[in-house]
Amino acid sequence: MRVGVTVFPGSNCDRDALHAVKLMGAEPVELWHADADLKGSDAVIVPGGFSYGDYLRPGAIARFAKVMAPLEEFAREGGPVLGVCNGFQVLCEAHLLPGALLQNTHLRFACDRVRVRVETADTPWTAACERGEELVLPVAHNEGNYFADAETLARLEDEGRVVLRYLENPNGSMNDIAGVCNEARNVVGVMPHPERVSDSALGSDEGLKILRSVLAGATV
Amino acid sequence: MPDTAKPDSLKIRVLVRPKEGILDPQGEAVRGALPALGFDGVKTVHVGRLIEMEVESADEVDAMCRRLLANPTVEEYEWEVVS
Repeated sequence: MRVGVTVFPGSNCDRDALHAVKLMGAEPVELWHADADLKGSDAVIVPGGFSYGDYLRPGAIARFAKVMAPLEEFAREGGPVLGVCNGFQVLCEAHLLPGALLQNTHLRFACDRVRVRVETADTPWTAACERGEELVLPVAHNEGNYFADAETLARLEDEGRVVLRYLENPNGSMNDIAGVCNEARNVVGVMPHPERVSDSALGSDEGLKILRSVLAGATV
Repeated sequence: MPDTAKPDSLKIRVLVRPKEGILDPQGEAVRGALPALGFDGVKTVHVGRLIEMEVESADEVDAMCRRLLANPTVEEYEWEVVS
C-alpha cells in the first residue's frame, strides 16, 4: 500500500509521518504541494505544522495548493484521508470536514500527552481500534478548539462521527472533540499526533494503531 | 517620475471578525488586560482582522471574502470601497 504525505511550505510533521508510514508497513510517498497528482497513493496523510506560516487562518492558504485538487477528488471518491493537527485545519478549510478549529480558549499553546477515547471504529483510520479504547497521544497546537454550529454538532454526535474524544480537554473544544470524520467516513481529522508515537524507541507506538487501521481497510 | 497609480484601481477595506456568539479568547484577553493598565469600564472587546486591497474591480470582492478572506463558519465580514 502506498501512503502519500503532503508537504506544504511550513509543514513540520511530514518527516515524522513518512517515518511512521514506513513503520506501519506501507510505502511512504512524498507529495509536494505543487504536485498535480497523488502519485498512485492508496491513502493520504495531511500532516501537522504551520503551512504557509498559518497566515490568515491555519490551513486557509494550503487549502488552495495545487495538490489539494487531486486530494479533494480522491476524498470525494472515498479514498482514505487523515488530517493531523494542521492537516485537520486544512481539511476543515477545504470543506472536506465540517466545522473549524479556533484558538485554544486558554490562549496558550497546548503541548502535552493527553488521553483520548476512540468513539468509533467505523472509519479507515480507526478500524484496528476498539470502540471505547483509550489511547495516550501527544497534542501540540494553538488552534485546536473544535467548533461547529449546534445543528452540525448534533449531527456529528447522532451519526457517530466524533472519532476521538479527549478525556482531559486541552483546548476548550466543543463536546471534548479531538477528531471527526466526514459523512462518508473516509476523511478523518484529528488534533493529536499519532505519528509522533509510532516508534517504541521514542517511548510509545500507540499511534500506530490509528495509522495501521488503514491497512486493514485496504484488504476489504 | 512615472505615475504608477492606475486610475481604475479601487481601494477596498475588508473587516473580518468572529461571528456573534463565537468564543473570542483573544478579545477576552485584551479586555482583561485593559483594566490592568487602569482603563476601567471596558465591557467587551472583540479582535478582528483588517484587510486592505487594491483591485481593478469590486465585482469579486464578496466572493474573495467568502472563499478565502473570512471563514464563514466562524467569522463574519463586511467590506467597503474606500476610494
